Amino acid sequence: MSETFLDVADLDVFYGSSQILFGVGFTVGRGETTALLGRNGAGKSTTFKALAGIAPPKRGSITLAGATLEGRKPYRIARAGLGYVPEDRQVFPEHSIEDNLLIGAKKGPNGEDYWTLARIYEVLPRLHDLRHRMAGRLSGGEQQMLTIARTLMGNPSVLMLDEPSEGLAPIIVAQIGDLIRRLRHLGVTVLLAEQNMHFCLGIATHAVVIDKGTIVHRGPIAELRDNEEIRKRYLAV
Amino acid sequence: MDLAALGDCLGTSSCLIFQTVGGLKIGLLMFLVASGLTLIFGVLGVINFAHGSFYMLGAYLAWQTMALTDNFYLAVLAAALGVGLFGVLFERGFMSRVYRGDVLVQILLCYAFILILDDLVIIVWGEEFLSSLGIPDAFHRPPLFVGGAIVPVFHLFIIGFSTLVAVALWLFMTRTKWGKITRAAEQNPLMVSALGINTSLLFAGIFALGSLLAGLGGALAASERSISSGMGFSVVLESFIVTVIGGMGSIGGAFVAALLIGMTRSFGAIGFPLFTDGLMFVLMCLVLVLRPQGLMGRSGG
Repeated sequence: MSETFLDVADLDVFYGSSQILFGVGFTVGRGETTALLGRNGAGKSTTFKALAGIAPPKRGSITLAGATLEGRKPYRIARAGLGYVPEDRQVFPEHSIEDNLLIGAKKGPNGEDYWTLARIYEVLPRLHDLRHRMAGRLSGGEQQMLTIARTLMGNPSVLMLDEPSEGLAPIIVAQIGDLIRRLRHLGVTVLLAEQNMHFCLGIATHAVVIDKGTIVHRGPIAELRDNEEIRKRYLAV
Repeated sequence: MDLAALGDCLGTSSCLIFQTVGGLKIGLLMFLVASGLTLIFGVLGVINFAHGSFYMLGAYLAWQTMALTDNFYLAVLAAALGVGLFGVLFERGFMSRVYRGDVLVQILLCYAFILILDDLVIIVWGEEFLSSLGIPDAFHRPPLFVGGAIVPVFHLFIIGFSTLVAVALWLFMTRTKWGKITRAAEQNPLMVSALGINTSLLFAGIFALGSLLAGLGGALAASERSISSGMGFSVVLESFIVTVIGGMGSIGGAFVAALLIGMTRSFGAIGFPLFTDGLMFVLMCLVLVLRPQGLMGRSGG
């Protein structure tokens, strides 16, 4: 396993008085693609929201490349290099593709400027072809590509994708998978929340399984592939 | 009601042009103030009911700068910047603390500021009406005659300048990165901040810009109107009506609505001399009933 890059420890998150996460902790190594797997309602999205500062944790710590993130505002967390792509896409519907991308444009935490409009269009030529189209008029798959690209424009150190395959046709899901694999080859560290285990088996290097707000398994993705009990008990496949 | 007079006016080029220029002037000045109100509402989701008091403050600041420097342009600039600064202090110190609160709390807070500012200007500048700034020397020249109508050059200046501000505002919102971010934040501020943008700073900036526009409107209006405590009251009401007719949060809508009301006032003064204010409200009622989202507002939003 490579060096720990993102270190999440003992996160407790509450919505009002009800506790959603109970001491969630895991690590992500630089350049890895880690899948956070779990059933609907297991706490995947809440974990992401806690990391992104949108649902601030009551207890626990989040460290990215040595920098403390917990308790910081969402925009500071984003600037520290944690790029968050929410589950329901949330493109800016009345802006063109290009404007969506430009709104996301910034340098990385250490001045990284790898991702530019030109690079994005090179990797995702479809976005280039449609660059003047309003984002609200794109298909679900195109919107998903756009939100990933929009967050990439901010040159994040870790890209967090919340259920990128949700509600998309199989052929589009395959394209998203290709994109994530290409990002790994480019050295981007990815944290991926998914219910769809088969999707993750093909693209992730590591797996973290969450159930009822607690982490129940961590390890290389191969372990999960071979461990039928965990798959049955927590992922129901 | 004097429909015959209105008919005569519409049929005579001199009257038609004169009233049109008057309507444009009234409408565009109204736009300056109302655009600030609608901009703040669009981005922050709050109605700054103290907006009219910012207009008043602009008029007083312009008067004071004029008294000190005798420079009209400097007076307008100082009023705009001064009120912009005041707006940001008001937003950071007070309004930003009640964004998530009850609308009633926001209204009460604004109302408190209306009363405080009304009293403060009396303490500083006295209870007497102050005379208008007067128009700058460069415009002390014979009016133009267009199609038989008398057109004061200064009115053309006000019309031209306000149009320029409207175009600049439009270019800012549609062509610049910060304008695009502002429009995105209108729809989804959380997503904008998740992309690394400091929305608190953006909100403060937008409040400053909106306030600046109120101050600018107040200063320009003060060139020809007397200045008094409480002068903002009717202005905030008019701005609110313009905002509602145009569509809450729509700057383009505010532009169209302000011109519509300017023309209604100008021609209404001839056709319905006792009912010019009433016409404005009739217009608002019609829009509210027939197109509740306003002329250019988003439907269902």
